[in-house]
Amino acid sequence: MLEVRDLTVRFADRVVLDALSLTVATGEVLAVRGPSGVGKSTLLRVVAGLLPPDAGGVWLDGDDITHVAPHRRRIGLMFQDEQLFPHLDVAANVGFGPRMAGASRADVAARTSELLTVVGLEGFESRRVTNLSGGEAKRVALARALAPRPAVLLMDEPLTGLDRELHDRLATELAAVLRATGTTALLVTHDHDEAAIMADRTVVLGDDDV
Amino acid sequence: MVPALTALPLLVLLVFYAWPLGTLLARVLRPSSITEVLGSPGLGRVLWFTAWQALVSTAATLVIGFAPAYVLARYRFPGRRLTVAIVTVPFMLPTVVVGAAFLALLPEGLHDTAFAVVVAHVFFNVAVMVRLLGAMWAVIPTDLTAAARTLGASPAQVLRHVVLPLMRPALWAASSVVFLFTFTSFGVVKLLGGPGNATLEVEIARRATMLGDIDGAAVLSVLQLIVLGVVVWWSARWQRRAATAFAGGQTQRRARSRTERRWIPVVVALTLAAMLAPIVAMVARSFRPGDHWSLTAWRTLGNDEVRPGISLGVDPLASLLVSLRYAVVAMVISTVVGGLAALAITAARRHGRLLDVGLMLPLGTSAVTIGFGMLITFDTDPVDWRAEWWLVPLGHALVAIPFVVRSVVPVLRAIPTDQRAAATTLGASPLRAWYEVEVRRTWRPLAAGAGFAAAISLGEFGATTFLTRAGRDSMPIAIDQLLGRTGDVPRAQAFALAVVLFAITSAVIVIADRGEVLDARGS
Repeated sequence: MLEVRDLTVRFADRVVLDALSLTVATGEVLAVRGPSGVGKSTLLRVVAGLLPPDAGGVWLDGDDITHVAPHRRRIGLMFQDEQLFPHLDVAANVGFGPRMAGASRADVAARTSELLTVVGLEGFESRRVTNLSGGEAKRVALARALAPRPAVLLMDEPLTGLDRELHDRLATELAAVLRATGTTALLVTHDHDEAAIMADRTVVLGDDDV
Repeated sequence: MVPALTALPLLVLLVFYAWPLGTLLARVLRPSSITEVLGSPGLGRVLWFTAWQALVSTAATLVIGFAPAYVLARYRFPGRRLTVAIVTVPFMLPTVVVGAAFLALLPEGLHDTAFAVVVAHVFFNVAVMVRLLGAMWAVIPTDLTAAARTLGASPAQVLRHVVLPLMRPALWAASSVVFLFTFTSFGVVKLLGGPGNATLEVEIARRATMLGDIDGAAVLSVLQLIVLGVVVWWSARWQRRAATAFAGGQTQRRARSRTERRWIPVVVALTLAAMLAPIVAMVARSFRPGDHWSLTAWRTLGNDEVRPGISLGVDPLASLLVSLRYAVVAMVISTVVGGLAALAITAARRHGRLLDVGLMLPLGTSAVTIGFGMLITFDTDPVDWRAEWWLVPLGHALVAIPFVVRSVVPVLRAIPTDQRAAATTLGASPLRAWYEVEVRRTWRPLAAGAGFAAAISLGEFGATTFLTRAGRDSMPIAIDQLLGRTGDVPRAQAFALAVVLFAITSAVIVIADRGEVLDARGS
């Protein structure tokens, strides 16, 4: 279970997050919806450990992880613009997490092909990530984020930038992948439909004028 | 139009670069001199020192420059731009100023050592790291390393598996630039290396000007050209790797974590201290002839007498006027030639490349080679120009032209071709359209190029060593000679004169610099 308690983040004088609290139950997919600029991405960065909060904290399964380094948190993050490593091929991107954890070559390969199958990209192992279509890149990003078996997966506007038809199809697919893998996920989006399709529950931040 | 624009640059290139180089090659083609020089006992030592000090300097610059380059590229903090400026100025400083500054800073025991040479080289070249690695970091989003962290990579793993692989092209570029500069280092080695530590450059100058061994010097010049050619070819091969496309996103941010807040000020403070210490020491020493504070060196700067009636033959203040005159002439020549060449290069498109490459050649040739080539070429009638005062600034201009071209050409290339079409449809004649769209836009980069040319001329030492005439010494030559004199006052005078040269050059650089310099040298 992921708990966020009284999280406050200030940039200079601007309060971006003001004592925000929320809970994601194990196996649950929670969507946080709100207009841009309301601090959704900041929330994910704090939970991932990329940004220290000014007050409040993050608990994972009862442990305070507020001051744990990002690479020790077991919290994955799928970036809005994927941030695939351009110097690595698809397989090396997906296998990155297990490799960092010191998995054997065989285990890395097995985990990589398992996840590529899950996201429907069998045979993409040696493709360059710079030549992927928008939808393929999103799938690789999801597979990469899931590969190290994070306790919680954070998703920052995961389907932004795709055309409507692909967007809806991928939303359904991603939702299915999250359920099939039993992943606990925290998803932020400004898109009403995306939240409705993918999440079990939705929390609204800021003025909900969408 | 294109032939008209090309004529002058081509003439200058052929007469003052190609011809001297040809003369040099012709001298080497006598087999007896080759075997004699290559068999001479001191050569192995010179080659060995040249190579290892260049490798060590390059490695040390990479290691020491990495942290400042990273912090300056990755973090936003008050005073960042000023710090970048302070770190980058040394790169354009005259070599004798840097040499003098380290003589002032280092204790006597470290003078005339390889250590002094390497330290000064690092001081010079940290700017290369900051600029070239900084340019790379400016396109790698911070989220890319953040992504690696969320996948379980420790900071060390991020460095090894993400940062270093992505930085490889920039690291190669920086290493090869630093290697080339330190391999051909002349002024720094001459001032700091002492008699036992000579690079090829210093040895060429020694044979040519002190021993009169012209053939030997010529053989070494060609040997050095070959090594440089191989290094340039090799590094170009490595850098031609496919450019990677990055997702967008921020590349710079403020320090947030406690570790960042603690370490960034430390790195910045250490960097600034290292950059300023030699300069501060040099200023201090100019006020300390011996063990006491005194204005003697500054007061006697306009006087070449050590005691009434006894002259040393070096008039510091006169050298200032000589240098300023050289700088103006070199600036005019290189701005006119470089500006015309830049227009011709962009107007001719395809054939322009040839002129472009041709005008870059002097950059790959060491200044010592250029000066030496001119010395042995223009020594017989009707081209006995050795006594002509303009030969020195012409040599300076040859070194400076590539900088002018490099600062103008990218601006011209960035102009969409349709702009000229647009001007024509608005009623401008073709010539008028060219003037309005292209020529008018060259003024700004041309002014910057002119500034760099002046800075280069003010500090030029290698070519000047060959072309200078007694009584017409430029500041760098005068500083070198004063440092070679015994006695406290001449040394303090040397430091004072170096301070003056430092002040003038850095003022010119700061005015002219908008980042073009290193981009020119790096490419």
